[in-house]
Amino acid sequence: MIWQQFLSLAGSYPLALRGLGMTVVLSLISLVLGTLLGFGLGILRTGGNRLISSVIGAWVDLIRGTPFLVQIFLIFFILPEFGIELDAFTAGIIALTNLAACFICEIVAAGIRSVPTGQVEAALASGLSRWQRMRQVVLPQAMRIVLPPLVGQYVLLIKDSSVVSAIGLTDLTRVGWLVVQRVPNGLLVFFLVGVGYFIVCYPLIMLARRLERRMGAAHGEVQL
Amino acid sequence: MLENFSFRTIVEYLPLFGQGLFTTVWLSALSFVGALAVGIVLCAMNLQRGFLFRAPAKAYIDAVRATPLLAQLYFLYFGLPRLGFVLPELVVGILALSLNSGAYVAEIIRAGILSIPRGQVEASVASGMTYVQRMRLVILPQAFKVTIPPLLGQAIVLVKDSALLSLISVAELTRAGQLLASDRFMPAEGFLTIAAFYLLLYYCLKGLAALSGRWLGTAGART
Repeated sequence: MIWQQFLSLAGSYPLALRGLGMTVVLSLISLVLGTLLGFGLGILRTGGNRLISSVIGAWVDLIRGTPFLVQIFLIFFILPEFGIELDAFTAGIIALTNLAACFICEIVAAGIRSVPTGQVEAALASGLSRWQRMRQVVLPQAMRIVLPPLVGQYVLLIKDSSVVSAIGLTDLTRVGWLVVQRVPNGLLVFFLVGVGYFIVCYPLIMLARRLERRMGAAHGEVQL
Repeated sequence: MLENFSFRTIVEYLPLFGQGLFTTVWLSALSFVGALAVGIVLCAMNLQRGFLFRAPAKAYIDAVRATPLLAQLYFLYFGLPRLGFVLPELVVGILALSLNSGAYVAEIIRAGILSIPRGQVEASVASGMTYVQRMRLVILPQAFKVTIPPLLGQAIVLVKDSALLSLISVAELTRAGQLLASDRFMPAEGFLTIAAFYLLLYYCLKGLAALSGRWLGTAGART
């Protein structure tokens, strides 16, 4: 009986691979877009313009305050009412990118704020332009604070991508759900689904830990 | 556009939303208590010297952190009946949330305990305190202060995560929104209303976190 289930599971491995592929593609696209957008928003948030900063802050709060599932439903079911037709994939990308951008914005803003003002003043006094100041003085130092939680955020993003299965995208979790209808062994099926996520996420978790230790040590040296 | 937005339908469904909100609140509260219990046990195991306790705790925490809650939820939902436990969806949901959040709580508590300067421990050893005295009188009171704000952060995450229980048809807040969306074909009314309710919960917990921060003094004033 167990043996038959194994055979049946082995037979559905192309589906599982497709699911894993979907999870990876979804996460990767929204990871890249979300990082770019998040850095932009984070820089704007600390840029000194009160209005822009509070608008971004309010948006980030809205996104942080609502469940991701609800955000996906809102995007998938409500944007069409504004005449924007979306397929599930695009809706998933938009939702994940927005989520990632909001969290990364706060991480980047915290990193920028952690750079001592003396550094900015020195850069100003050296006649560096706004862009030079950001790129050559502030961001390189902020990265020390930004990097560990940024990688942690990527792990969260990959995990959150499982929620898009609720609007019918065939990602890894959805594949598990489909397979379990055929092979009634939830323990085994979702154990394997878990293994799939673990293979993708665990190296990133290890990386985040390593970065934390290294950056922490580097930070300690400076902070006499 | 949303020119057909019907406040009247929202008012009509308000009792349903109220029930959903109530369910979300109490099941989150219960799951948070469960998560604290799981977290304390895991953390105690993780802080032991012996490999026998540490390894399983570490493996559990890593496994939970590297897989999505939804997959864990389905694992229990489809897996428990297989082991002979046929439980109501609500119980499965609370169990999943407790077991998931417990892993994060364990890490928060551990960070709190490890944040106590080494000198404090050495001083209490030098004063002849036993392990229990050291924990109870020196380490835990200080660790408590440091852990409260991140624990409230975890509570916020837990409330938001509880929305996933709607996918195994637990009648909580998100489920109420889904019902309105599917019964009346009014997704905007349904999902915007529940988003507002979740924001309400979010701001309550955020305010509580800010208050606790003020009461306890800024956590982690380093020497």
